[in-house]
Amino acid sequence: MFEGWDAVVLARAQFAFTMSFHIVFPAFSIGLASYLAVLEALWLWTGREVYINLFNYWLKIFAVAFGMGVVSGIVMSYQFGTNWAAFSDKTGPVIGPLMAYEVLTAFFLEAGFLGVMLFGLDRVGPRLHFFATLMVAVGTLISAFWILSANSWMQTPAGHAVNEAGQFIAADWFKVIFNPSFPYRLVHMVLAAYLTTALVVGAVGAWHLLRDQHLAGPRVMFSMAMWMATIVAPIQILAGDQHGLNTLEHQPVKIMAMEGHYESHKDGAPLYLFGWPNQAAGKMDYAVAVPKLGSLILKHSLDAPMAGLDTVPRENWPPVPITFWSFRIMVGMGLLMMGLGLLSLLMRFRGALYQSRLLHLFAVAMAPSGFIAVLAGWITTETGRQPFTVYGLLRTVDAASPLAAPAVASSLIAFIIVYFVVFTAGVIYLLRLMAQPPHHGEQGPDSHVPARAAGITPAAATVAEGALR
Amino acid sequence: MIPIDLPTIWAFIIAFAVFVYVVMDGFDLGLGILFPLFPKKADRDVIMNSVAPVWDGNETWLVLGGGGLMAAFPLAYAVLMPALYTPMIVMLLGLVFRGVAFEFRWRTQSERNKWDLAFAGGSLLATLAQGIALGAILQGIQVSGRHYAGGWWDWLTPFSILTGISLVVGYALLGATWLVMKTEGELRDRAYHLSWVLLIAMLGAIGMVSIATPFLNVQYTQRWFTWPNIVLTAPVPIAVAGVTVLLLRSLTNKYDYQPFFLTLALFALSYAGLGISMYPYIVPQSITIWQAASPANSQLFMLFGVAILIPLILGYTAWAYWVFRGKVRADHGYH
Ligand code: HDD
Ligand code: HEM
Ligand code: HEM
Repeated sequence: MFEGWDAVVLARAQFAFTMSFHIVFPAFSIGLASYLAVLEALWLWTGREVYINLFNYWLKIFAVAFGMGVVSGIVMSYQFGTNWAAFSDKTGPVIGPLMAYEVLTAFFLEAGFLGVMLFGLDRVGPRLHFFATLMVAVGTLISAFWILSANSWMQTPAGHAVNEAGQFIAADWFKVIFNPSFPYRLVHMVLAAYLTTALVVGAVGAWHLLRDQHLAGPRVMFSMAMWMATIVAPIQILAGDQHGLNTLEHQPVKIMAMEGHYESHKDGAPLYLFGWPNQAAGKMDYAVAVPKLGSLILKHSLDAPMAGLDTVPRENWPPVPITFWSFRIMVGMGLLMMGLGLLSLLMRFRGALYQSRLLHLFAVAMAPSGFIAVLAGWITTETGRQPFTVYGLLRTVDAASPLAAPAVASSLIAFIIVYFVVFTAGVIYLLRLMAQPPHHGEQGPDSHVPARAAGITPAAATVAEGALR
Repeated sequence: MIPIDLPTIWAFIIAFAVFVYVVMDGFDLGLGILFPLFPKKADRDVIMNSVAPVWDGNETWLVLGGGGLMAAFPLAYAVLMPALYTPMIVMLLGLVFRGVAFEFRWRTQSERNKWDLAFAGGSLLATLAQGIALGAILQGIQVSGRHYAGGWWDWLTPFSILTGISLVVGYALLGATWLVMKTEGELRDRAYHLSWVLLIAMLGAIGMVSIATPFLNVQYTQRWFTWPNIVLTAPVPIAVAGVTVLLLRSLTNKYDYQPFFLTLALFALSYAGLGISMYPYIVPQSITIWQAASPANSQLFMLFGVAILIPLILGYTAWAYWVFRGKVRADHGYH
């Protein structure tokens, strides 16, 4: 079985599959960690019970999501070696250190303080506990910093040289880390994580408000989430626009694929709203286009000429249909998020934020939109880079391991089965937790950890208990 | 002045990371292996809770070992990972199952047994895979140019199965002595009992692997048994004997802490023996640490981070263990 298959295609499928599963969890836990830090800070500052209830409510959800992020992430870090051995050998000297720094500065920080964050409130007291929460939140952001730097270097390599063994080596670490697309990607991704979380929090709040408008916890979380959507969604669209201009400068072929520009346009390129990219014929079928808008957005001039894929050798074409459509899905989600933000602002001014069923239904429907946009965004980015793994320098076919197709096929099947079993169960548990509204005296995940006499600082413990009441 | 040899420094750093991983995740996986022997729910809750706050940090050392290898010795990473393809994938899948079980088993009543099984099975698979991978590395890997050149079943030999089983026994012993340290009452008594059985099995395993290793390759024989090397290698088995005596005594006297730390000492000695066999090869018989090394500027760049951050990491990890110190009890705190 699988003898005739192409091991490289299978390895790509496996990488895409495991990565897509992984990214869903960080996108949620980066945002949630920061949200938890904010909730705990508000609790310490105001002493209002509703904040600690919300904190404990989301902390349980965080624990489950974080666990899934960790196990799927460990898979990623070993897949470079198992499936992309040639890539690891060649780029290890450059992106290896970036990932090593991610482990040293981020993963250890998160993991080291996670136990205290989840189980330690009664053992270390509120202040030290808040510090632990903060460290976990900062850890997730540092993690995003390094991994996106590594990924961006693969998109827009800079600051490197090549040695006799054919390996990339760093000539200038600063240029490697702060490569041209990195700042844009970092901003865009972190905002994406915040939006993703806000939309889930908002949807859970709205879900409970639909049943009871007077619940304190759901009111607070819904309002906080809608502020995020109102403010951050437009910023994200702006950031995405800037990101696109940066891509046009450094990876023009990717933009051609995203825009479906098979043909060059001498005086002003159209913006295809929809269409069916016909890769074989090299043209856009059934196009619905706004003339000249493409040039206006990308070049800020109606008549600016734009080159198309007809100027690029065919063996360097990315798969246009995937890139074109995933980009539109992401942008569509972004516009819907902005719509939700604006509607909530309107309702807020009308004093109907907690009453409008329309708004609540809209918010519930938008629960998965962040995940969809994140996945679509990454698929745009990664397929638009093909057929290269290191853009312009290392082809994907030259990056793979010397593996037999049956080996990769079996592991791919194993991953698919295991991930579906494990993560389906996890998502069900998450939804079950979310289906309950946060209530008075909400307990954190520590409720199942036996409290011990040893180790509690009495003063701090009393403070914690006092504040809980 | 002796010039600083970066690859040697990095070989020690990676070896250190892997050892810390074995120390920290070893008992953690061992608890999973022992799980089926403790069918009572209350016992299982205690066992889980004794590591729940720290397991993620324990596993991060594995990420450092792998990530560090890719960064400091990319060629070795690129050759070893495809050679160990199947054991690595099995290990990762095992870790997925056991990792999620920590949270999932508290979130369901009806399916708790399934996640207990996932915890036990995942731990066992991951350990077996790690042990097999170790054996597969020791017995040698086919390389041509900068690629792995063997087949995808090469890792499976009687020797690698022996190392796989040995590691299962060793981690189980770590787990049992950890329970001795962290629990009380009947649970602790059973852990003592298990420690006895497992210690004897572990000594047998160490013996068999030690006898088998020199037969794999003449280089190992020369390394261990020729003059003047023997001056350096002879203390290892002598120390193993010494630690074993102490360990037997501590189990007889039912000490709390000693059995765990003496078992760690046993691991450290076996690990040192491994280092003596392998050095300076990172892929035995074919690639040395100098051939596999990243360019100096990559290794130097990371060395700054390691020098500053590893002490810091050890510091706050120790703090986290301190926060959760003491015996874990089942008697209160449950809903
Ligand atoms: C640090 C590196 C890195 C990061 C952060 C990502 N990727 Fe990636 N991706 C790769 C490194 C990479 C790679 C190793 O370079 C691959 C394998 C083959 C290739 O060309 O690039 C790749 C391929 C690849 C493919 C296959 C493309 C194709 O075959 O046409 C998909 C769909 C994704 N990735 C999806 C993602 C998603 C959803 C990510 C979300 C986080 C993501 N990637 C982040
Ligand atoms: C191919 C690329 C990637 C690899 C190899 C990778 C690797 C890992 C590993 C090994 C872990 C577990 C760490 C632990 O033990 O605690 C992890 C978790 C994490 N990763 Fe990734 N990762 C990748 C992509 C990303 C991306 C693109 C992001 C976000 C921008 C990200 C953010 C995180 C975060 C925040 C965590 C912490 C766990 C969580 O939040 O769920 N990772 N990753
Ligand atoms: C509507 C406006 C948006 C625009 C114009 C936009 C633009 C872009 C562009 C051009 C890229 C590809 C960059 C490259 O590969 O070089 C990208 C990637 C991405 N987008 Fe968006 N985006 C928008 C909305 C969103 C939203 C709402 C989310 C998530 C909540 C999101 C998440 C992502 C992610 C995760 C990536 C991949 C990582 C990266 O390259 O930054 N985007 N976006």
